[in-house]
Amino acid sequence: MSIVIEHMTKSFDGTAVLRGIDLTIESGELVALLGPSGSGKTTLLKIIAGLEWPNSGGLVVHGADWLHLAAQDRRIGFVFQHYALFPHMSVRDNIAFGLTVRPRAQRPGKAVIAAKVDRLLEFLQIAHLGDRYPAQLSGGQRQRVALGRALAIEPTVLLLDEPFGALDAAVRRDLRAWLREVHDETGSTTIFVTHDQEEAFELADRVVVMGEGRIEQIGNADQIHDHPASPFVARFMGATIELPVTLQAGRAEAPGLDSSRLPRRALPDGPATLFLRPADVTPLADPAGRWQITHRTSNGALLRLDLTDGTSRFGIDLPRRAPEAQGLVPGARVNLRPEAGTIFPGPRTLPPQAAATEFPRKEKSL
Amino acid sequence: MSAAAAPIRAKRVLPGFSLSLGTTLLYVALVILIPVVALVLKGAEIGPARFWAIVTAPRTLAALRVTLTAAAAATVFNAFYGLLMAWVLTRYDFPGKRILDALMDIPFALPTAVAGISLTALYSANGWFGAPLTGAGIELVYTLGGVILAMTFTSIPFVVRAIQPVLEDLDPALEQAAMTLGARPFAIFRRVVLPAILPAWLAGSTVAFARSLGEFGAVVFIAGNLPFKTEIAALLAFIRLEEYDYQGAAAIALVLLLIALILLALSNLIQFRAARHLEAR
Repeated sequence: MSIVIEHMTKSFDGTAVLRGIDLTIESGELVALLGPSGSGKTTLLKIIAGLEWPNSGGLVVHGADWLHLAAQDRRIGFVFQHYALFPHMSVRDNIAFGLTVRPRAQRPGKAVIAAKVDRLLEFLQIAHLGDRYPAQLSGGQRQRVALGRALAIEPTVLLLDEPFGALDAAVRRDLRAWLREVHDETGSTTIFVTHDQEEAFELADRVVVMGEGRIEQIGNADQIHDHPASPFVARFMGATIELPVTLQAGRAEAPGLDSSRLPRRALPDGPATLFLRPADVTPLADPAGRWQITHRTSNGALLRLDLTDGTSRFGIDLPRRAPEAQGLVPGARVNLRPEAGTIFPGPRTLPPQAAATEFPRKEKSL
Repeated sequence: MSAAAAPIRAKRVLPGFSLSLGTTLLYVALVILIPVVALVLKGAEIGPARFWAIVTAPRTLAALRVTLTAAAAATVFNAFYGLLMAWVLTRYDFPGKRILDALMDIPFALPTAVAGISLTALYSANGWFGAPLTGAGIELVYTLGGVILAMTFTSIPFVVRAIQPVLEDLDPALEQAAMTLGARPFAIFRRVVLPAILPAWLAGSTVAFARSLGEFGAVVFIAGNLPFKTEIAALLAFIRLEEYDYQGAAAIALVLLLIALILLALSNLIQFRAARHLEAR
């Protein structure tokens, strides 16, 4: 069941939410739509579900034009962030809803429905909860029921909107592994929306990073982590340090910066911005160094050093027991050696929130 | 050991508990409880045989029948119209919505006698609505229809205001979930929306019925008050009082009180049963 989305746009009251989405999802794939709030990921999911309608574009699923199908006729399983279980129905009735609501001619018999609900309860590991009401369940149990209700209609596509967003961390990890199993066993095409990178990368075959109504990058964890396609993705992936540099023969140069560990890049000479993660930087103690340490905090394993060169400030992380960490106390001066980083051409003159306007592909930042 | 000599008194966070509770209880006793108790005591003086004779007198029975019939008709009408009204006020956005919403409170605020007089003027044979209706052979003023009309007018807000907050709180995701599961609009209403609002709807309708039973001001102007035809129970009690027949008045009033209490208990029971499965989501 492949899903082809073409040139899709959507705006609410004149505010563009989707600015031209092109995306193809293969049958049986587990895809994550990852992005900050406001990136349009939930809107895209709801359009696929038929709960929202785009202003323009195409949505073809397995050769059928879904923009001419009502949500009821798409046969999708949709799982809501806050479960949306029917509060006056027992767990069994909730799961059976999609079957019992069918027109009489297509409705399976009572015994068939009951057997199917039993199988699903077993499969979802909630067999003992069948007669309870949603209010009597924990968040994790509710989300299992919600998934069971969606699976009962044997959906062509399974769509999950921040499925674990309202759960605490331990339950979340648990359900994540379990969802992967469910996906593998049912063989459905699954798309889920999240703003949690860890969740997206751990669970999905492919991750679609969205920002400001556009797809910024599609790939797996390593690709997106090591080669962010845009400054937006770099920032979203945790590159909080942005250093203005000058490109010379493909190498980023700046005072106090040792770029020897960075590979040469085939980019034209000129001003550029180097994006670094706090953990990818090694401080080199140097009494005449460019940066001065202002604060030093430890969480036991990692040290965080706050640095300033008088004009900008940022933090770097390093293992507390690393040899380089010795003597790095507030007041000491250091130079920096990036171990990995990403360079985007173009100067950076504004703070990150507003700076995004200068980069191509971005109209404004969040 | 010695520290336990003085008992520890837990401090309340909000001050003035005794004072505010005491005032409230006093108020409830003076304004609500004592009149009700007095009525019951007055009724008890009558004695069962005499009480039964008063209540089963043909004129009393006729008045009770008129009251119950008209109140039932008004309640059925209001149940459906009130549901529609609450639906429109919560589900759609249109110009003047807030004004319409505010208008819903007029029957609460308007003196019922004023309502009765204006309804009579409107629906009398030469009134704005009455003239064409009379032409069509429908007479409302001085008929049971008039009684129903007056009761409908004064009790509609009870239904609307009971359903409205429940409908507003209904999570739209529930209906969306039902949609994705293949439910058509009518099935969504019947299986998802209706069960959610049913307790409030029934409770609101019950209160509307109770209110209609006791409606006096609006009804007496439009009903014509013909004994055995359009005379309501509350009016009959009033007439008995005017005739210095205190026992007769008290007996009729007791019957009305009893029905009202049963209805209130019913309304609370409905709400309570509904709340069992529906604690905070």
